[in-house]
Amino acid sequence: MSLLDPVWTSLLYLAAAVCFILALRGLSSPRTARRGNLVGALGAVIAVATVFLSARLGNVAWILGAIAAGSVVAAPVARRVKMTQMPQLVALFNGVGGGAAALVALLELGHADNPWVRLAIVFTLLVGAVSFAGSGITFAKLQELMTTRPVVFPGLPVVMAVVLLAAVAAGVAVVLTGSLPLAVLLLALGLAAGVLLVLPVGGADVPIVISLLNAFTGLAVAASGLVLGNVLLVVAGTLVGASGTILTRAMAAAMGRSVAGILFGAFRGGSTAGSTAVSERPVRSSSAEDVAVLLGYAQRVIIVPGYGLAVAQGQHTAAELALALEARGIEVDFAIHPVAGRMPGHMNVLLAEANVPYESLKEMGEINPEFKTADVALVVGANDVVNPAAKTSSGSPIFGMPILEVAEARQVVFLKRSMRPGFAGIENDLLYEPQTSLLFGDAKESLAQVLGAVKAL
Amino acid sequence: MDGTALLTITVLAVFVGFEVVSKVSSTLHTPLMSGANAIHGIILVGAIIVAGQAADPWVLAVALLAVVLATANLVGGFVVTDRMLHMFHAKRDVAKTGPGPGAGRK
Repeated sequence: MSLLDPVWTSLLYLAAAVCFILALRGLSSPRTARRGNLVGALGAVIAVATVFLSARLGNVAWILGAIAAGSVVAAPVARRVKMTQMPQLVALFNGVGGGAAALVALLELGHADNPWVRLAIVFTLLVGAVSFAGSGITFAKLQELMTTRPVVFPGLPVVMAVVLLAAVAAGVAVVLTGSLPLAVLLLALGLAAGVLLVLPVGGADVPIVISLLNAFTGLAVAASGLVLGNVLLVVAGTLVGASGTILTRAMAAAMGRSVAGILFGAFRGGSTAGSTAVSERPVRSSSAEDVAVLLGYAQRVIIVPGYGLAVAQGQHTAAELALALEARGIEVDFAIHPVAGRMPGHMNVLLAEANVPYESLKEMGEINPEFKTADVALVVGANDVVNPAAKTSSGSPIFGMPILEVAEARQVVFLKRSMRPGFAGIENDLLYEPQTSLLFGDAKESLAQVLGAVKAL
Repeated sequence: MDGTALLTITVLAVFVGFEVVSKVSSTLHTPLMSGANAIHGIILVGAIIVAGQAADPWVLAVALLAVVLATANLVGGFVVTDRMLHMFHAKRDVAKTGPGPGAGRK
């Protein structure tokens, strides 16, 4: 069916593109963010309705069935996923988008009659496949289906170079001949390149890689728009590619890293100086009652929440503890590292879920000078973001990352599950300092015990 | 549309993309990334076009797979972004009505 003439089609695509631009702009500011996202969804609805009304399409029942299937799988998962697992879900959605772009390009190869179109196809195939496979690996790392530490093996740079050279050769051959088997080979090489690209990335850097792959998928979608001669795909894909690049750089800057350093740091070797072994050095472990006395007779307490708190679903208990301490006249703040949790802004989302008041959430720049005046810094399930190695040990993988200066506080209490190093796999010397004490156990249970003991004081 | 016009649009879109997110606070990095992630799910339009023109059953099968994947990206992306942002919204309500665990839970 073809109800719309080309002019109306173009105008509706333009409307959808404007929606996407407004969506990205809305998402950049807290006040307009939610509306921005809805405007983006409206743009998507306009675009999908337009394609059904304007192009002469067969197989409509099949297509509608496939859309229903995709929605039925994705919407409930997106609605029910735990907020702690949200980063890997974003990675997964990003990967399947890249995979879809690569498949579209593969199928268009038969219709491509000039080398420029085939060049766009080759680009989409390669970048889409890299994004698909790379996102799959980031998903596995975040879900802890595989090790979160950088995976490197001696010949890695050589293997990567061979794969990339083979991909370039296959790409040139596809542009010149339009051979389908070679295009499939290119797809396979792209998948291999995606895996090799993300394997050496350390756990703490994974969020930045998700953002980078997000930009990649955007570029693949833009290129598929060139293949199909569809302006909307070109505009939307390019928007995401460009904004994703800026966002990736902003995230990397917030963590004090460079994008190139993250991707190729492990190749250079030596940068993965983290320790795997659990250290035998002595630590001062204490009881919930000891911690309660420390907290209950302090004047100023700063709570540093980390991923461990989120995993244990301890946000509500932490909020309660803060209230109990405030009831004793103690000043309590939460210090939020920009990448606390697994992604920039992740911890804000989690604590907001637990109804921690907005004014108590202090950003790093604001709170760091105040640790000097704090009697107790209570670190709950955080490790890398308070690790002084980021400032002192130039060989450390997290060297240069801005940290919360908890070492400045008079007393430091860590609530930890075990002595296992954090997500980045680096030992934290702060654990062995004389002003530090540790309370081992699940973050939520430990907090509940401390809360009970504080109330009994 | 001819090649130069598409190229013009592409280049302009790059600048719009740079410009539109240039001043974003680190608090919103995750929702913004997730929202941008949803937007590239619009590859669904491309997948629909390819599926609609498929004559061969194999081509149709692969194209329908692309439709499923693209829909998951698009629908899931917007839904998960909305969930993240809902929590930011709830936070402001709580700040207004006074803090407290359990308060504001409906």
